[in-house]
Amino acid sequence: MPRKLKKIYLDYAATTPVDPRVARAMLPYFTKKFGNTMSLHSFGQEAKQALEESREVVANLIGAKPNEIIFTSSATESNNLALKGIALARRSLGGGGHIIISSIEHPCIMESAKWLEKQGFRITRLPVDKYGFINPDDVKKAIKKETILVSVIHASNEIGTVQSIEEIGKICSKRGVYFHTDAVQSFGKIPIDVNKMNIDLLSASSHKMYGPKGAACLFIREGIKIEPILHGGGQEVGLRSSTVNVSAIVGFAKACEISKKEMKKEGERLTKLRDKLIKGVLKKIPNSYLNGHPQKRLPNNTNFWFKFVEGESIVIQLDLLGIAASTGSACSSVKLEPSHILMAIGLKHEQAHGSLRLTLGRWTTEKEIDYLLRVLPGIIKNLRKISPFKSNKKHE
Amino acid sequence: MNRVGIYTKKVIKYFKKPHNYGRMKNPDGIGKVGNPVCGDVMWLYIKVGKDKKGREIIKDIKFETFGCVAAIATSSVITDLAKGKTLEGAMRIDREDIVKSLGGLPPIKIHCSVLAAGALSEAIYDYLIKSKKKIPQKLEELHQRIDKEKKIINEKYKEWIKIEEKMHKK
Repeated sequence: MPRKLKKIYLDYAATTPVDPRVARAMLPYFTKKFGNTMSLHSFGQEAKQALEESREVVANLIGAKPNEIIFTSSATESNNLALKGIALARRSLGGGGHIIISSIEHPCIMESAKWLEKQGFRITRLPVDKYGFINPDDVKKAIKKETILVSVIHASNEIGTVQSIEEIGKICSKRGVYFHTDAVQSFGKIPIDVNKMNIDLLSASSHKMYGPKGAACLFIREGIKIEPILHGGGQEVGLRSSTVNVSAIVGFAKACEISKKEMKKEGERLTKLRDKLIKGVLKKIPNSYLNGHPQKRLPNNTNFWFKFVEGESIVIQLDLLGIAASTGSACSSVKLEPSHILMAIGLKHEQAHGSLRLTLGRWTTEKEIDYLLRVLPGIIKNLRKISPFKSNKKHE
Repeated sequence: MNRVGIYTKKVIKYFKKPHNYGRMKNPDGIGKVGNPVCGDVMWLYIKVGKDKKGREIIKDIKFETFGCVAAIATSSVITDLAKGKTLEGAMRIDREDIVKSLGGLPPIKIHCSVLAAGALSEAIYDYLIKSKKKIPQKLEELHQRIDKEKKIINEKYKEWIKIEEKMHKK
């Protein structure tokens, strides 16, 4: 029997473990403080109080007011609510029907936009440059009289590129167009101020920042009219009917509180590890390339492509050594298509085929990075031995 | 652990330690196939010999694959299945034989086994053409179909393929 592997998790962009401090904060809300926030009795009011306190903490992380935060169950739900809710509200007001998004949005934005297109809305998808940046001038040019909403992802979930949100926000604000950002990957990792950045709507999720799954939020600036998608008992000021998942939301708030306190130090620590990882991979592995910008990226994100090998093979080889990673290769997708984000930054199919994403987090140590840097070159080398494409002598 | 990711233990075994991989010098037949959808590429080389009864057999076989776990595992398995078989026997190996030998493949990866079977039949086709032998009708039909797909994949990887073809000739 092989000795037990020490597992190394380098897929924090997929999901994160719940911080033990968060888990502890949640516990009473399963068995003792289990009330329904809509109940009048003390059980209900106790839960309601926890909910409102949580709202304040979450709002506080991005400089919002508590009444501007709507809790949902997932970032997908938040993004659906943002796009469809604004689109439908504007239609009922007799407003225009044009929405601008980027070409590197998460599938829940891409698919919501596609659905709105079917309902008669017009969608513009802005291109990005080779690093994944949207040119704010393109936003300026794309805004028309009928434009109701611009939605741009704050930090890319795949290549970590952090957009010039403040600049895009300013343009939208000047033109009187709502600006939504999907901040799932950046929330709690880098500073966000919805007022300074002119953000009107923002989506964030708990399970990407050491909170539990099943809690997320949508920030909606005061005064913005939005149509709900879920109708029912009228929770969350009628914008999101459903019994409130208090324990998860309490966890989400605790995660926000911790992130706020530790963001600066943790960001610096991760940036150092990230840069060591990037430097190490590019140095040790011939014909390896970085996807995304060398500096203007999330402190915890790295993404590479390796010539002549396929990403799923790399991920499984790493998994066999106890390392968790992910890829944008067509082979790993249910549609057998390479990541639309890697294609949008100009990678060719065969280049996206060899992509590998390694994302770091709160429990990533330098030792783990060293271990990865020790084993990854061998994995790539061995896969290249099997590949028909190898004549580039550099790696042999 | 019975599974790694979406794969059976057997698939992983073949993937971890593939048999018969690498380039063959002076092969009697080469089968070059690719999947135009996912982008995997498989090259299969055969050397043909004769058994005691004088029938033509696959004496040696090697593969090179640019692709996922399933593509590598199916390539490896088909070399095991084909080695030592008569050409006729080798032509009968189909995707079900491959999937069975691997203890199953996820539905989304079945196309990898089709690719491996195609690579073998193309290598045999190449040998038969080169040695000016009669091509069975079924093999001819298969070749026509694969050839169509190959055009798409060759376009995708044209630069890489050009370099490799040059190396082959050296």
